Amino acid sequence: MQETHGHTSHGHTEAAHAEEHGFDTKAIWRTFWILLVITCIELIVGMFIAPRFPHTTKVWFNILYIIFTGAKAFYIIAEFMHLKHEIKNMIMTIAVPALLFIWFIGAFLWDGDSFKNLRHKMDPYKAESHKAQPAPPSHGEEHLK
Amino acid sequence: MAEAVSANQKWWSGGRSPFNVEYGKLMMWYFLMSDAFTFGAFLISYGSIRFATNAWPNPNDVFSSFPGMGHTHLPLVFVSLMTFILIMSSVTMVLAVGAGHSKDRAGVIKWMLWTILGGIAFLACQAWEWTHLYHQGAWWGRNPFPNYDGTQSTTNFTNFFFTITGFHGFHVFSGVIINIIMLIMAINGTFERRGHYLMIEKAGLYWHFVDLVWVFVFTCFYLF
Repeated sequence: MQETHGHTSHGHTEAAHAEEHGFDTKAIWRTFWILLVITCIELIVGMFIAPRFPHTTKVWFNILYIIFTGAKAFYIIAEFMHLKHEIKNMIMTIAVPALLFIWFIGAFLWDGDSFKNLRHKMDPYKAESHKAQPAPPSHGEEHLK
Repeated sequence: MAEAVSANQKWWSGGRSPFNVEYGKLMMWYFLMSDAFTFGAFLISYGSIRFATNAWPNPNDVFSSFPGMGHTHLPLVFVSLMTFILIMSSVTMVLAVGAGHSKDRAGVIKWMLWTILGGIAFLACQAWEWTHLYHQGAWWGRNPFPNYDGTQSTTNFTNFFFTITGFHGFHVFSGVIINIIMLIMAINGTFERRGHYLMIEKAGLYWHFVDLVWVFVFTCFYLF
């Protein structure tokens, strides 16, 4: 019942929109399928493929996940939030400030990595204790100080 | 707002919005930008701490339960279901916005109801997940999960997980409340009297943003 009702109202909205705003119901469903397929690929990779590889290869899977995430974000912003169909001024006022994230992510991850390396250098016990099984319980609290 | 845009329109010569959108919608975009930076700060501090830490728990071992499946090892399945629910409710939200464009009140009400239902379903899933983790001994300041290599993990793992998914869940909750208000206004015919459904568009932007943030939370906590 819901289906038939849905279909009639679709047809109606589609027709009305083609004239008014170019609101495209088909594009929305296409976006939905793209998002769904990407999520399923992520699920399959994360559940079946990545666990078969040693932990040292994790970084390559992470790069793959970043690409998928970026693609999903693009489709949500461009189609669902309709930004792709706004004028260029509007797109730029959102996209240009968002570029700050590139610096933001790069700088802070670099900083975290440098902190870890410095600690290993200054406090060799830290690097050793990581290998001991299991590490002393104070290990966790140490970090918060 | 609905005027056709000609190719060589001089947007910056004054007299009209250079962005060709309604004021409220533009401000919603800017609010979402500021919110994106808040979430960004949370997620990046999480990344920074992870980069500063020797080892971290494996999400496939931590998030591997599904309601009613007991101890079956099903990594990522439940959280993928949550992702699907949120994407689906984003679709119904766009359809509500679309119905609003053509001033189809019944359509707006129907799709808003589905969107609200999706939001509530997501929150219910998250409540189950949190409860399950809590019973496993995880909470702020408590982390029962070892690192992937068997070493003792820090409480940073649970602290970041509960803080960030909690902040996102709070956004979903606010989104559901906003959507319920929009539904009531649509039922009362407020938008019809006003002559437009632009409020639905603004609520829609917020709702899609919540979905967008989840995409990043999903990657950062469940995949990395």
